[in-house]
Amino acid sequence: MQDPVIQAQNLSLTFQTNDGPVHALKDVDLTIEKGDFVSFIGPSGCGKTTFLRCIAALEKPTAGSLTVNGLTPEEARRNRAYGYVFQHAGLYPWRTIGGNIRLPLEIMGYAKSDMADRVQHVLKLVDLEGFEKKFPWQLSGGMQQRASIARALAFDADILLMDEPFGALDEIVRDHLNEQLLKLWAKTGKTVGFVTHSIPEAVYLSTKIVVMSPRPGRITDVIESTLPRERPLDLRETPEFLALSHRVREGLRAGHSYD
Amino acid sequence: MRNLLPILTVLGGIVLLWYLAVAPMNIRVALDQAERAGSTITPEGSVERRSVSVFRLMADNSEHVRAAYALDRPRLPTPAQVGAELWKTTGDMALKGRAFSNRSLIYHAWITLQSTLWGFALGMAVGILGAVAIVYSRVADMSLMPWAIISQTIPIVALAPMIIVVSSQLGIEGRGVPKAIISAYLCFFPVLVGMVKGLRAPDPSQLDLLKTYDASGLQSFLKLRLPASLPFLFTSLKIGIAAALVGTIVGELPTGAVSGLGARILIGDQFGAPLAIWSALFAAAILAGLLVTLLDLTQRVALGRMEGRA
Ligand SMILES: Nc1ncnc2c1ncn2[C@@H]1O[C@H](COP(=O)(O)OP(=O)(O)O)[C@@H](O)[C@H]1O
Ligand SMILES: [Mg+2]
Repeated sequence: MQDPVIQAQNLSLTFQTNDGPVHALKDVDLTIEKGDFVSFIGPSGCGKTTFLRCIAALEKPTAGSLTVNGLTPEEARRNRAYGYVFQHAGLYPWRTIGGNIRLPLEIMGYAKSDMADRVQHVLKLVDLEGFEKKFPWQLSGGMQQRASIARALAFDADILLMDEPFGALDEIVRDHLNEQLLKLWAKTGKTVGFVTHSIPEAVYLSTKIVVMSPRPGRITDVIESTLPRERPLDLRETPEFLALSHRVREGLRAGHSYD
Repeated sequence: MRNLLPILTVLGGIVLLWYLAVAPMNIRVALDQAERAGSTITPEGSVERRSVSVFRLMADNSEHVRAAYALDRPRLPTPAQVGAELWKTTGDMALKGRAFSNRSLIYHAWITLQSTLWGFALGMAVGILGAVAIVYSRVADMSLMPWAIISQTIPIVALAPMIIVVSSQLGIEGRGVPKAIISAYLCFFPVLVGMVKGLRAPDPSQLDLLKTYDASGLQSFLKLRLPASLPFLFTSLKIGIAAALVGTIVGELPTGAVSGLGARILIGDQFGAPLAIWSALFAAAILAGLLVTLLDLTQRVALGRMEGRA
């Protein structure tokens, strides 16, 4: 068996604030295998973002160990191990969609000709062909978020970290993007870490659902999905889907009764 | 075009108020002149009239109010007089092929413009470099910023003669260099403040995104902070160039300067030629307007182009 892509052991992170210490993560153990689609779900403040940021080496854990591709998160970042998608698309208004997707490629020093090919390739993946020369203000919110996903896919990272990427979008657009994201995952074989607030979204997308609860931020349940890899939207009405949703909801409720 | 109407309305209002103010401002001088020319004025004698309000004088000597609008050396010239003087010292001179003679405001405006542009360039460089230092270094933030603020609390009129004296002591010939320094002194501050704000404009998530690419400090400056700061930069440049012009004129005021709009204002004052003061003042305002408009157009074109809106 392969080494896990992400492995956290006894991972803790305490923020020292003016109001005293905040235990954003406490004794988190989690293993993510290659090709997993892992959703993190839980109420606000349970440390979902913090965990993702630790993987991305944007925060430094205060205790425990964390490896990404067998390396420290900093080393993994230097190897360009992951692409990160934030809640807000955050496209540069002064760059075209193509220019925004080229941004990481320019920074990482890709060759000009290679860049053009990659931009075309990822635009196709997120269904934005023909929008290369448009500016962000000319695109809808959903399209902008797709462009920001394309930006994270443009370089050869085999991990994709997404922090509530569809949180600000309406339900219909969200359904559509979820379906596309699954296709994309199947096509690229990437390992995905996905933060969400929505139970159906988590169940629909994931091979593994991590239920978290706050104060201190911790994992209360890890649910291996029994759903097939091929997932049409109407899968969400099957008893199996509802049973999984029920288990997630129970996990969330149990987490809450602690405080 | 839509914007023109409100502007013209305000302008019309100002001109109207101006014309209304001319009569009370000039009536005493007009009555003195009329009296000397043999007219009967109530009350008689310049000294007598001092205790009477100008409105009373205008009411009692209404036939002489007209004269207040046509004095050679009015306290307050009419817009038409200022306009005529402006034309005489600019367009008319240019038509006669003497645009750069000593008596032409075009020449004096050119002198002032040169210093302004040098001061602007210097102030812009200091402001931008200072802002970069402040944004990238906590030490600079804590040490430079307070001094930048203190520097602006010192009245420039007090500082200007000192800068001129010091630079002549250092053997710098002419007024050009000290004028540019005074001008830069006023100009750098808005540029500095605007640029600090602009360079700090990107939000943390945008900086985090660059971190995830393992971008270097220089890369995040060139790809994110600098382009994000441009709208702020242009806004402060517009304030900066107006400040640079004021600085140059202040630098031309201390005795000794013979050319430049500031010198014209000073000389007009010394020789009791209000029309010369007013026309130099308007030349300065027109120059400021042109410079700011030029920057504004550049801003619109550049930023519009940048975001694909133009
Ligand atoms: N930079 C920080 N400084 C102090 N406290 C923080 C910081 N970032 C997050 N926190 C705190 O850590 C906890 C977990 O936050 P977060 O990971 O953002 O939660 P989630 O993404 O699940 O809503 C919260 O209580 C939050 O207030
Ligand atoms: Mg969050």
